[in-house]
Amino acid sequence: MKEEKIKKPYKEFTKKFIQRKIAVLSLLFIVLLVFIGIFQPITINPDFADYDNLLAPPSSAHWFGTDEYGRDLFNRIIVGTRISLGVSLSSVFIGALIGTLLGLVAGFYGGKIESIIMRSCDVLFSFPGLLLAIGIVAIIGPGVINVVIAISIYGIPSFTRIVRSSTLSLNKLLYIEASKSIGVSNSRILFIHIFPGTIPTLIVTLTMRIGTAIISAASLSFLGFGASPTKPDWGAMLSTGRDYIGLAPHMLFYPGLMIFLTVLAFNLLGDGLRDTLDPKLN
Amino acid sequence: MYRIIKNKGGCDKTYILIIQEKMRYYILKRLINTIPIIIIVSILVFLFIHLIPGDPARLLAGHQATLEEIMIMRDQLGLNDPIYLQYFHFLKDFFSGNLGTSIKTGLPIKEMLIPRFKPTLYLAIFSIVWASIFGVVTGIISAVNRGKALDYFVMIGAISGISLPLFWLGLMLIQVFSVNLGWFPTGGVDGFKSYILPSITLGAGIMSMIARYTRSSMIEILKESYIRTSRAKGLSEILVVGKHALRNSLIDVVTIVGLQFGFLLAGSVLVETVFSIPGLGRLLIDSILFRDYTVIQVILLIFTLQFIVVNLVVDVMYGILNPKIRYE
Repeated sequence: MKEEKIKKPYKEFTKKFIQRKIAVLSLLFIVLLVFIGIFQPITINPDFADYDNLLAPPSSAHWFGTDEYGRDLFNRIIVGTRISLGVSLSSVFIGALIGTLLGLVAGFYGGKIESIIMRSCDVLFSFPGLLLAIGIVAIIGPGVINVVIAISIYGIPSFTRIVRSSTLSLNKLLYIEASKSIGVSNSRILFIHIFPGTIPTLIVTLTMRIGTAIISAASLSFLGFGASPTKPDWGAMLSTGRDYIGLAPHMLFYPGLMIFLTVLAFNLLGDGLRDTLDPKLN
Repeated sequence: MYRIIKNKGGCDKTYILIIQEKMRYYILKRLINTIPIIIIVSILVFLFIHLIPGDPARLLAGHQATLEEIMIMRDQLGLNDPIYLQYFHFLKDFFSGNLGTSIKTGLPIKEMLIPRFKPTLYLAIFSIVWASIFGVVTGIISAVNRGKALDYFVMIGAISGISLPLFWLGLMLIQVFSVNLGWFPTGGVDGFKSYILPSITLGAGIMSMIARYTRSSMIEILKESYIRTSRAKGLSEILVVGKHALRNSLIDVVTIVGLQFGFLLAGSVLVETVFSIPGLGRLLIDSILFRDYTVIQVILLIFTLQFIVVNLVVDVMYGILNPKIRYE
């Protein structure tokens, strides 16, 4: 008897994903950034001040030039990867965790719980864009941790809505009905049978939201609500650089370029993942 | 009225009446859904001062205030009343136009706000207009040339536009066009010219968004059988795309333009900061930095209510434009 070849979803996915060169390239860039963020070269001192070269333009000694204290911008951007990526990644993951739980519960149980959760999301959605995060920071005060809290809350409703709608459609499927009829516990159905089904949409949203979170965090820093200007954070560097516009354009150009490239990488990766995971679009 | 429709579309009178009934029901449902949201949002904004750790009266009176001053402040703000009463006073005052006074400048908030509306409004209008026009046009060009180099070029541009931190774009534009070339002022509001760079900055992301949605909606529509029919009839490509396809894709585009309104409001905060435009967004940021809590409260409420109303209008318009939604 001939053995039937089983298509494993994971293998299928990898095969399809590898064909999308731009997405793969973006993923490599992100992996590199995360690597830099975690294993920062200890030889780099972002606060070393070269007082002979204040606001110096890019040169062979200082690739991206120096800032107002003569600190090397390239080093500060490399070291800043940790704060900038750390803030956005952690806030998106916290938002995703809470949002997914709420979405699963809302979609599965329905009724009053669902209305309460979904109406709360509507309320969070009625604060236009970043203004919710700005409002939260206005209450709890500036600082890196508070920015993480604000952006997490800002992200929750998007995840809740998306996970809820996947849960609703999965809940109608036969295998869920079968598990219910043989008496599988609700929590088991939710986490073992329904949750894996929401993962594809969740991954795409997660990737896209990271891009938004990086911009939001940088915007809050730029407005003066985020990391303190002494810390090497990309948004805070732009905020300082603004005072030297005209004098030292490189202080604005490179940190912004880093933010742009990182967000672009996450968005391109998200696009690639969506095209791979959603067969309807092909 | 009914007869005209009947002759044109071949529908009978009862059918039209049913649709009108459903439409009315849809709008009513949407309106009723909005009311609790407005109430909760206003409660949240009202609670804003109470959510900040510490005694609101002490916060508002400042650090150096004596106990007596704090007591007077308590009395003035009605903080001795029960909290629900305070909320009703807050709402009544807000909707009767009595916005209170700033705790930092002592000026009536209404007077502080009025001159700030115009710059924000102009900025929003200029941005959304150019972003919609260019977004729709590039989206169509991209869809018609799907898979060709031009399509790739537009789509790479669009995803870059979405990924750009708009305050950085603004700063770069100032650097190149104001500092280096000297074509535009670096900031402030002084005639139409000073709105050009800020509007480009604020509109860039929205334009990219609109271009992406127009493209995907256009691609879907170009597959429809009525497009094939129009082509088979021998209509010119311009007429097929520009009239038959565009009309239907505009339904989606209207929604997207509406949804971008939130982005526009939040973006105006950043753009006004970058270009030193004395608008509402800038006032909000200044108030947060100066801890002028009463002003923050009023601006947050204005922004949120605007956003809720625009979303409502967009939803209703979508219902009117797209008959499918009425049957849900």
